[in-house]
Amino acid sequence: MLTTSPEFKTNAHNALADAGLQKALAFSKPQFMARRSAAVANLPEFESLRDIGRDIKNHALANLDFYLETFEDNVQRAGGHVHWCSTADDARAAVLEICRKADARTVTKGKSMISEELGINAHLEANGIAPIETDLGEYIIQLRHETPSHIIAPAFHLNREDWEAQFRLSHTDLPVDRVFAERRDILTEARGKLREKFLAADVGITGANFLIAETGSSVIVTNEGNGDLTQTLPRVHIALASVEKVVPTLEDATSLLRILARSATGQDFSVYTTFSTGGRRAGDLDGPQEYHVVIVDAGRSAMMGTEFQEMLRCIRCAACMNHCPVYGAVGGHAYGWVYPGPMGSVLTPSLIGVDKAGHLPNASTFCGKCESVCPVKIPLPKMMRHWREREFERHLQPGGIRTNLALWAYFARRPGLYRLATRMGAAAMGLMGRRRGRFSSLPLAGGWTAGRDLPAPEGDTFFARYAREQRASPVAERQAK
Amino acid sequence: MTKEAILGAIRRGLKRGPLPGDQAAMLRERMAHPPRHLIPARSQVPRPDQIALLVRNIEKEFGTVTRVADSGEVPEAVAGYLAGQNLPSSLVMAPHPELRAIPWSSRPLLLIREGRAEATDLVSLQHGFAAVAETGTLMLPSAPERPTTLNLLADTAVVVLRASRVVGAYEDAWDLLRAENHDALTGGFMPRNVMFVTGPSRSADIEQTLELGAHGPRRLHVVLIEDDPAARAA
Repeated sequence: MLTTSPEFKTNAHNALADAGLQKALAFSKPQFMARRSAAVANLPEFESLRDIGRDIKNHALANLDFYLETFEDNVQRAGGHVHWCSTADDARAAVLEICRKADARTVTKGKSMISEELGINAHLEANGIAPIETDLGEYIIQLRHETPSHIIAPAFHLNREDWEAQFRLSHTDLPVDRVFAERRDILTEARGKLREKFLAADVGITGANFLIAETGSSVIVTNEGNGDLTQTLPRVHIALASVEKVVPTLEDATSLLRILARSATGQDFSVYTTFSTGGRRAGDLDGPQEYHVVIVDAGRSAMMGTEFQEMLRCIRCAACMNHCPVYGAVGGHAYGWVYPGPMGSVLTPSLIGVDKAGHLPNASTFCGKCESVCPVKIPLPKMMRHWREREFERHLQPGGIRTNLALWAYFARRPGLYRLATRMGAAAMGLMGRRRGRFSSLPLAGGWTAGRDLPAPEGDTFFARYAREQRASPVAERQAK
Repeated sequence: MTKEAILGAIRRGLKRGPLPGDQAAMLRERMAHPPRHLIPARSQVPRPDQIALLVRNIEKEFGTVTRVADSGEVPEAVAGYLAGQNLPSSLVMAPHPELRAIPWSSRPLLLIREGRAEATDLVSLQHGFAAVAETGTLMLPSAPERPTTLNLLADTAVVVLRASRVVGAYEDAWDLLRAENHDALTGGFMPRNVMFVTGPSRSADIEQTLELGAHGPRRLHVVLIEDDPAARAA
């Protein structure tokens, strides 16, 4: 997929001015947060399960080569095929070849972020095969020629009227005077349209939430049932999965499933959690004849052994972006590639390069909410800091930022001077801002004050006040010890 | 070769070669006897409470349940449910011996076809292999006598489940499958497909607002046969 990550600042600026997007964000974001916290409150063991989830993924990563090979053995035992792909190009070619061998004209697709990353749809289209997204959110995104703005809710940025308008535009065979009285009417129309596609497709492509080494199974988790129809009805099923999706056993996957849906949609369990192992067995009345798993590296193995290895624990629940103040302000498209929000700010520089995606780890307030809700406890803020360091080391920031950082560092290394300077600054700003109590514009900080006011200091610094209060209450200090 | 390149890159990151034999043997042992992790306490309750938890959870997820004393009452329960929903009394049924043994002739107006579901089927009747009380989840492994399309294609999915097949946690359901299922192709226990189903199909893709009836069934109804004396509420 093409990236606009280098233009993050422009993207974010445009996003803040996009009334439709702002309406959608304001409407949808609080719902995700409330649902997750209700689900978590309903499971006393949730915190312990986060530790277990982290440990399972760490164990799987520490033995990733072994579990991938075991997975392949077990897929083959069940009559399936594994295709190893180092790059996105390899993976696109592998998928196309399977489709060609199956003489495929149309392909249905379950929602898959790795498919977005690899650009499967464009590649199939360019080669005369029609891919049809069947997840409701992905379906409208495809009709609108857009990319997903969220990893579990692709149409997060759209409002109901956008859906109606697009369906009227795209479904020209239906009566023009039909009424969409409720959201359900939109859903029902999509269901009818896609039913024909499910039945006609020659190949079904899904992603995989997990691969199970023990059994050679791929696992998908959905609410709509589209992924299941995609992998059940066509003659050929292709599961796309990146290397870090493998876990050892069904029990391991089960523990992770307990925290996945709760962290994602706030459901106790998704409606359909399905384990696929090989193709149709003797006597089976349905299911695909062929089962393929395309295992994709595309930059993951290069993260192993680095300070970003822990990112490979990610189970793609989206809790981090659902709780992120930056995502909540600008939405997903501003991030400019497949993965938005805090997980994207860590993963995107790893996969497409910090030279292109260096803005993303800077787009953080470091509030730490993402790490606190991550079901597998990925230290996202720490990793974003690592990226900032690398960006600095490689001289990728503009000169102005580097000069200012150098200036700050000069003072920070001289505490006496630092205190003097801040005391003078605070006193001056306190004096200037005494009347209004805040500044709506400041020299050198126009970008900051464009979006909000800076409260005026009260004339004193933290250091000065702390020292004063320590002196004033020696008793309290002794008691604290 | 690509496979070797990927595994090699992973090993370089891990700063080691292929796993030594004794470590690989330990991991194989872990897979042969998969350790259970923490099981939430909510489902570790006496049998009658477990069944009640299952029913409560199915209903919480917008499914419905009818409890019947024995399989003789199933035809009436199915016919009554369909009539109550204004649905046609024809259905496609899984060719499972337990479902065939039900005395359907007591309701001669029910039109039953055996086999997989087609797009035109409005009602399907599936055999419930097991159910997990923890979240009200049905476990439906594929088999010639339990086709997967019956879980997906009909507008209304009805599942006949025996109370003796209700377990507390997903891990208990895996244990049942490990113990009872034999896959001739692999020599293992996993069939082609295992579906965990929790309520009817839904989507929240339009403004993050839940709507039932996406691509799968709009309704999920469970007929629960009380065949487990220990499970009957006192």
